[in-house]
Amino acid sequence: MSTIRFLLRKEFLQIFRNKSMLPILFVMPVIQLLILSFAATYELKEVSFTLVDMDRSIASQQLISRMQATGYFNLIEEYTSTEHAIQEMDKGSAKLIIIIPNNFSERLKTGDKSEIQLIIDAVDGSTAGLIQSYASSIIADFSRDIVTKTNIETASFERVSLKSINLIPVNWYNPQLDYITYMVPGILVVLVSMIGLFLSGMNIVREREIGTIEQLNVTPISKSQFMIGKLVPFWIIGMFDLLVGLALARFGFGIPFLGNLFTILIIAGIYMVLIQALGLFISTITDTQQQAMFIAWFIMVVFILMGGLFTPIESMPGWAQDLTLGNPIAYFIKIMRMVLLKGAGWKEVYVLVLILGSMAIGLLGISINRYQKTVK
Amino acid sequence: MNSFNGFVVKEFKQIFRDKRTLVVLFGMPIIMLILFGFAIRNEVKNVKIGVLDLSKDAVTRELTQKLASSEAFEFSVYLSTYDEVEEVFKAGEIKEIIVFEPNFSEKLTLEGIANVQVITDATDPNLSNIVQSYTGAIIRDYIQELNYQGTTLQQGIQPTIKMMYNPELKSVNLFVPGLIAVILMLISALMTSISITREKEMGNMEILLVSPLKPIHIIIGKVLPYLVLSVINVITILILAHFIFEVPFRGSYILFFIEAIIFILTALALGVFISSVANNQQTAMMVSLAGLLLPTVLLSGFIFPVESMPYPLQMVSHIIPAKWFLIVVRSIMLKGSGIEILWMETLILFGIALFFMALSMKKFNVRLQ
Amino acid sequence: MYDFAIQTNELSRTFGDFTAVDRITFDVKQGEIFGFLGANGAGKTTAMKMLTGLLTPTSGEARVSGLDVFKEAEEIKQNIGYMSQKFSLYDDLTPEENIEFYGGVYGLKGQELNHKKEELIHSVGLEKFRKKLVRSLPLGWKQKLAFSISIIHNPKIVFLDEPTGGVDPVTRRQFWEKIYEVSNQGITVFVTTHYMDEAEYCDRVSIMVDGRIEALDSPDELKRTFNAKSIEEIFIQLARSAERGEE
Repeated sequence: MSTIRFLLRKEFLQIFRNKSMLPILFVMPVIQLLILSFAATYELKEVSFTLVDMDRSIASQQLISRMQATGYFNLIEEYTSTEHAIQEMDKGSAKLIIIIPNNFSERLKTGDKSEIQLIIDAVDGSTAGLIQSYASSIIADFSRDIVTKTNIETASFERVSLKSINLIPVNWYNPQLDYITYMVPGILVVLVSMIGLFLSGMNIVREREIGTIEQLNVTPISKSQFMIGKLVPFWIIGMFDLLVGLALARFGFGIPFLGNLFTILIIAGIYMVLIQALGLFISTITDTQQQAMFIAWFIMVVFILMGGLFTPIESMPGWAQDLTLGNPIAYFIKIMRMVLLKGAGWKEVYVLVLILGSMAIGLLGISINRYQKTVK
Repeated sequence: MNSFNGFVVKEFKQIFRDKRTLVVLFGMPIIMLILFGFAIRNEVKNVKIGVLDLSKDAVTRELTQKLASSEAFEFSVYLSTYDEVEEVFKAGEIKEIIVFEPNFSEKLTLEGIANVQVITDATDPNLSNIVQSYTGAIIRDYIQELNYQGTTLQQGIQPTIKMMYNPELKSVNLFVPGLIAVILMLISALMTSISITREKEMGNMEILLVSPLKPIHIIIGKVLPYLVLSVINVITILILAHFIFEVPFRGSYILFFIEAIIFILTALALGVFISSVANNQQTAMMVSLAGLLLPTVLLSGFIFPVESMPYPLQMVSHIIPAKWFLIVVRSIMLKGSGIEILWMETLILFGIALFFMALSMKKFNVRLQ
Repeated sequence: MYDFAIQTNELSRTFGDFTAVDRITFDVKQGEIFGFLGANGAGKTTAMKMLTGLLTPTSGEARVSGLDVFKEAEEIKQNIGYMSQKFSLYDDLTPEENIEFYGGVYGLKGQELNHKKEELIHSVGLEKFRKKLVRSLPLGWKQKLAFSISIIHNPKIVFLDEPTGGVDPVTRRQFWEKIYEVSNQGITVFVTTHYMDEAEYCDRVSIMVDGRIEALDSPDELKRTFNAKSIEEIFIQLARSAERGEE
């Protein structure tokens, strides 16, 4: 047991003495959490649009004012021809062109269907979809108002009695539709995973590359003692970073913590062991730090992309969703969101935690097995 | 010249002998492409929804039917009481519950207006937004039909939508250019910085420095293999993207490769710069990852639109080379833009490249002293 | 007890087609200074790795401190000290911290560890350097420190793999004085080296060529047998007939 104490002491000495690593371990995650949480959003802030108004009537001007009044749309330029407007869209300044034909207000008055054209820059399909929805919904509202008004004015009573369905949106857990609330737990998971994965395994490979590992192999230190000595320091650092991140989330970002903090910490502890075991495993299949780092990075990228952080897992095709079953990051992000944001408890998450736990034990076992003090 | 050639040959040999790294270098772009092409989607399909029908009449049943048959939704469950909503959301599968108030169709006929509550699990606000929009559109369509059934009357404004450059709204078209940028950054910057730092750590750098090779030769020699690898990777991605995913390429190949080379040079320069400030591989790696790769992925517009970010971050994104590269590549590939349109972005990219090349040369020389 | 610190019989190690160590048989007496010579690629390091429990032999037998290298590799490690070519001290720790760490690993603690630490620092002469990082020490000091640490737990045998590489003759001489001290205390010293003059300091010397031991005896006896004036001459004679060159 005291051997482990000596091992830990050496590790910590080395870590804290490495001046260039310290900011990476402690400052970097915090900065990243801040920046990334603010960057990671699909919210539509302000859509720049251009206008080709061939009608120039009160109605068309009212429509455009209505669009701008919502705050989502901003008119930047008016053109006289559609071709010109499209050319400008090629240049990238506007994401939307609204084209109003010259019979627009006329047809409204006579109670006929009136067409307008929306040309949307669809390079980003998701944003384009949102622009379409928002614009259509504003136009639909405007349309209903103007039609009702017209019908009253022209006293077409049978047309007045239009039915309508009132949609009441209710947003649970995140009433402001605040993207930060959604992203922060996930980003935290990713940052903490990076530290756990890259630093633990990397360390062992480093000792191997430099040669100090031989000196250790020739001592009576056992395999498990050695590995515990390597894992524990970074486990502690990772958990520490997680705590800081959680505090930042709670008090800095104001994210609600509906669930039990201890639950999260216990699960996080298990998760960190799993991530380190993965790093450990990588260290047993590589010879150089370069290789280890690259493989770790590769695995991390795949896990993150498929983990439901940037795009929802539900949007993935069946086979991809199946693959998620082996993705620890996906599990932990899901658990974090469920517990922190929805207040889920052990009842809802225990299955997921069991899976994480068995993955951890499995990987640890394989790694310890693979590590050889005496080469056969 | 001979010593230089020998040096470059050694570099190539070292890289190609490292099978594991090679697998990752070539395999990663392909895997990422497959993931982005097939798995990572922003499109909303088969979102599980539930209905709490407090009215249970013809109208609500028809509306439910309409919702269920939409591609975007997958009808999962009928709830019986409002309390069940919390349970259902906690379990995590269902994202939206639609609540029809009692006496729905009666109210519609007699009072002309009826209420529908659209409750979403808004932990994912983006999904919630989209799902509500879709729901709204479906219900609006229904009411429109209802109002005008039996008549040829079509009052009101009808918008026709034309989606430019990417009519099928395929997310892969958005991601592929970004993927190219990320891969280039990864190979050129990350690998270069690790490679140079490795020589330092292993002690070989000194040997190189006392050889007839000048520092500039050493840098070029180190950097050349990764330049070649990057170009091969870009070509691979383009070919796969074109043939498997039908990502369009409407612009000029020559312009594309010029821009790509400029970007690669920037990335390489950044790699050299990092290697001159890092003492060992671990540090080089973490700095490259945290300081270079992560911002490239998150702040360049690769996945999240730059226009959606808070203004301070939009300012920051101006100094990220990938952001400009993305604009250029997306314009060339999807809009067919030429240099007349892209001259400003190209100039900026070029300027950034020169700046970092000068900076890294200076830092590298200073370090040697 | 046993008279031999190390005993081997037809000890071999192959890597695929390549036979690195080819059926070597030899004994090392307790308390001896045994020099293990050979050209690069002759198999010295491989043989040493087998004896220190770092590599499992392919065939043959060997006993170190009476323990079997196949079945009792871990127990062997309790009883031996080791100093490798790369010195394997932690560059980013101080001499004190290195001593404390390795001492602790070998089971020394508390007062005993402290005592040993002070003793060691004084004997190597590192008082001024105790709080400086090992990285900043000159090579000669690093060697002495690594050697002292290798015997901190009073092992019965200590293995030294090219311990004096890269330092001036005076420092080498000082190092060998330490080896004599240690040997006088009864510790068996098994040392590999390139320096032929160091071979003269050993009680017995063996020369490996192409994985086999081509000569084994005391320096004086060897010179008589090969009719040579120095070990170097013998070495060159044998090495010329070698098939394996530099690795």
